[in-house]
Amino acid sequence: MSDWLSPEEWSAVRLSLIVATTAMLASLPFGLAVAWLLARGRFWGKSILDAVVHLPLIMPPVVTGYLLLIWFGRRGPIGQFLYEYFGIVLSFRWTGAVLASAVMGFPLMVRAIRLSIEAVDRKLEDAAGTLGANRAWVFLVVTLPLCLPGILVGMILCFAKAMGEFGATITFVSNIPGETQTLPSAIYTFTQVPDGDAGAMRLTLISIAISVCALFVSEWLARLVARRIAVT
Amino acid sequence: MNPVIEVSVRHRLGAFELDASFESTGRLTALFGRSGSGKTSLVEIIAGLISPAQGRVVVDGQVLVDTQAGVFVPKHRRRIGYVFQDARLFPHLSVRQNLLFGRWFSPRDAASGSELAGVLDLLGIGHLLERRPGALSGGEKQRVAIGRALLSKPRLLLMDEPLASLDEARKAEILPYIERLRDEIGVPIVYVSHSVVEVVRLATTLVTVDQGRVTACGPTGEVMSRLDVAGLSGAVEAGSIIEARVAGHEEGYDLTRLETRAGTLQVARSAVPPGGRVRVRILASDVLISLGPPVGVSALNILPGRVVEIGARGRSGAVELLIDCGGETLLARLTVKSVDALGLAAGSPVHAVIKSVSIEGP
Repeated sequence: MSDWLSPEEWSAVRLSLIVATTAMLASLPFGLAVAWLLARGRFWGKSILDAVVHLPLIMPPVVTGYLLLIWFGRRGPIGQFLYEYFGIVLSFRWTGAVLASAVMGFPLMVRAIRLSIEAVDRKLEDAAGTLGANRAWVFLVVTLPLCLPGILVGMILCFAKAMGEFGATITFVSNIPGETQTLPSAIYTFTQVPDGDAGAMRLTLISIAISVCALFVSEWLARLVARRIAVT
Repeated sequence: MNPVIEVSVRHRLGAFELDASFESTGRLTALFGRSGSGKTSLVEIIAGLISPAQGRVVVDGQVLVDTQAGVFVPKHRRRIGYVFQDARLFPHLSVRQNLLFGRWFSPRDAASGSELAGVLDLLGIGHLLERRPGALSGGEKQRVAIGRALLSKPRLLLMDEPLASLDEARKAEILPYIERLRDEIGVPIVYVSHSVVEVVRLATTLVTVDQGRVTACGPTGEVMSRLDVAGLSGAVEAGSIIEARVAGHEEGYDLTRLETRAGTLQVARSAVPPGGRVRVRILASDVLISLGPPVGVSALNILPGRVVEIGARGRSGAVELLIDCGGETLLARLTVKSVDALGLAAGSPVHAVIKSVSIEGP
C-alpha cells in the first residue's frame, strides 16, 4: 500500500481521517446541546441562535474561513485569548483544520439531531417521570436512546462534510503538507502541477472509497438501531 | 379512617375551567363522566403532569400540592403510578426492562426479587419478559403498563381509561386482573372511566365529574342510585347496584340464585361459583311496582319494600322512585300516571317486580 501512495499522499489521507473524526466527535456535545435548545428551549433570541448555527451552510466557505482567520488567528480576539491562557494555536495547524471543518459540519449535525429530538414522543418522557426518573435521567434513558438514529445520521453527515471541506480550511489554515493538507487540498495541489494527474486520481479513488464506507456504516448502524426501537 | 386522597383544585385549560374537590377512602375510586368532563386533567394534576393554578392535593397523608403554602412536589418524587390509556411502553426497552424501569429510581430493598415474580403472576405476563413492546397485543401492553407502574412501588395507582382503546374481548381479558389488583394489592387506585359497566364492576367509591366539576362523591351503589345523578350522562341509564352472594345454581333452568339484603334474586346462569360475591345492576326501567304481592306473573323476582322518595318529573312524563328493600336501594322508573293511579307516596309499602332476563348478569 505504501508503495502505491507516496508519503505525502499518505499523510494527506491520514490527516483527513483524523481531522474529520476529531471534528465529528468534538462537535457532538455542542451539537446535542444546541439541538436540544432549538428543539425544546423557549428563550429570547432562539431564532438568532438558529440563524447563526445555519450561517456556515449558506455563506461561501471562503467567507467562513476568512471570519475564522480574523477571530481565531494569532492576532484575532479569540485566538489571542486561547494562546495566552491555554497556549492553543489554531491558525496554520491541524487543530485549525478541525475547527474549520467542525464549523462547516455543525449545521448539518444540529439539523439531524434537532429533528429527531422533536420526533420523540413527549408522552413517553412524562411516563418516565411518573416512574421516578428526574429530568436528567429521562434525557439519558429515554430521550437520548430514542433519538439515537438522528444522532448517528448527524454524526455521519458531519464526518462527510469534514472529509470534503476545502474552502474554509484552505482559507483559515492554508495548505501545508503534513500539517494542514487534507485530501481535498492535496487533490487540488496535484491538479496545479503538470504531472499530477495520477496522484489526483489515486486520492480521488480513496476519497470515493471512504465516502462509500461511511455511507455503508451509517446505513448498517441505522438499521441496527431501528430494529432495537421497532415501531410501537 | 384518613382519606387516601383529597383533591381540591381550580385550574384553567384554554376555555375549559376545572373546579373540583373530592376525597376518598376507597380501595378503588372511579372518576366517572363523559369525555371532556375533566377527568384526565384531574388525574394529571394528581400525578404532577399539570400544576394547578390553585388548590391542594393530598395523597396518603402527604401534601403533594398546596398552592397557598407554595408546595409542589415534582412528578418523579410523588411515587404515584400512572397507567396511561395508550400504555406508553418504552419502545427501545424489552418488557423486562420496561417493568423494572421504576426500580432504577426507587429505593431498593431485599424483597424486590420476589416482588417481580408476584406481579408477573398477578398479571399473567411472565411469558412476555424477553419480548419488545412492539410485538405485544393491546391487552398485553396494557398489562405490562400496569405491572410497570406497580413495580415502581407507588402509594397510589392512577389508571386513565386503561381499557378504552381495547376491543370487548381484550377488555374482558383485563378486567379480572384489575379486580385482583383492587382486592389483593394494598395500593389504592384511582380509575378514570366513562363506562358504566367498568365502574359498576370495579369501583368502591364513585366520583362523578361533569364540565370540570364534581357532581357527586360517595360509595358506588349509593351514588349510582341517587336520583340527581341519574340524568348525568346521555349514555347512562339510571339503575341501581345490589351487592349479592351466589347461593347456588339451578342447572335445569340455567339460572343462578343470589342472596341479597333485599331478598333472593334469580338471574341468568353466572360463571361465579357458589359463595362468590358479585354485584348486579338493575335498570330503573326494568322495575315494575305492585301494591300487593303479585300473583300469576311470570317475573321470578319479587322484592317487598317501601318507597323512600319520589323524584322530580322528567321530560318524558316519567319519575324515578327510590325504594328501600331490606336496606338495599332500588331505583324504579314509572310514569306519573301510574304513580297517581297507585297513590304512591313516600312511605308506601310496595313490591318491586323484576324479570330475571332483564338483570345485567354478574
